[in-house]
Amino acid sequence: MRIKVRYFASVREMIGLSEEEMAVPADSTIASLIERLKDSNEPLRHMRNLLVAVNGEFADAEHGLGEGDVVALFPPVSGG
Amino acid sequence: MIVITREDFSVDEVLARLRTSEMGALVTFTGVVRNSSRGRDVDRIEIQVYEEMARRQLEAIREEALMRFGVEEVTVIHRHGSLKVSENIMMIAVGAAHRAEAFEACRYVIDEIKKRVPIWKKEITPEGDFWVEGEP
Repeated sequence: MRIKVRYFASVREMIGLSEEEMAVPADSTIASLIERLKDSNEPLRHMRNLLVAVNGEFADAEHGLGEGDVVALFPPVSGG
Repeated sequence: MIVITREDFSVDEVLARLRTSEMGALVTFTGVVRNSSRGRDVDRIEIQVYEEMARRQLEAIREEALMRFGVEEVTVIHRHGSLKVSENIMMIAVGAAHRAEAFEACRYVIDEIKKRVPIWKKEITPEGDFWVEGEP
């Protein structure tokens, strides 16, 4: 299935992209997606606190992904 | 009202739109770019936002503040883009019948923004550029 992955702040700079479309196995979870991204992006392995949102809501590692999901990866927020 | 914008705002204009005759207290918080951070001089900051999600989170926080504290109205404005020292970053305005709930609601909104609204600051300094990371 296809998903869109968006990157923000320091994660965007590590990956060098603001977003990308990706084909992932149908049983993918947040955890499996992150493992895959860490394989191809070494700096991501050293990030201590990576936050994840799926379709604009915070999601945890076990969250299962679906066709067309928009996954966002980013560091702890610092607005305000 | 929730506003995410590159443009500056006027605190007076925000209050003029917010106030009604039911309100006996108007509390505002304004966040401003400071000239130093963690021992470094700061030239300016850049703010990045995940706009769709930030808007939803801010709407949720606004609703929570209205329900929990019984205040009349809450407005949040947050800027993004490149901001110079002393420029406005964001403001919260709360209108309520009485001051106690207005202060509490304003404090609640800023504390929740710091925890869960996807907005990030990068400090541009003479020593380099540094992303600010909040507490996870």
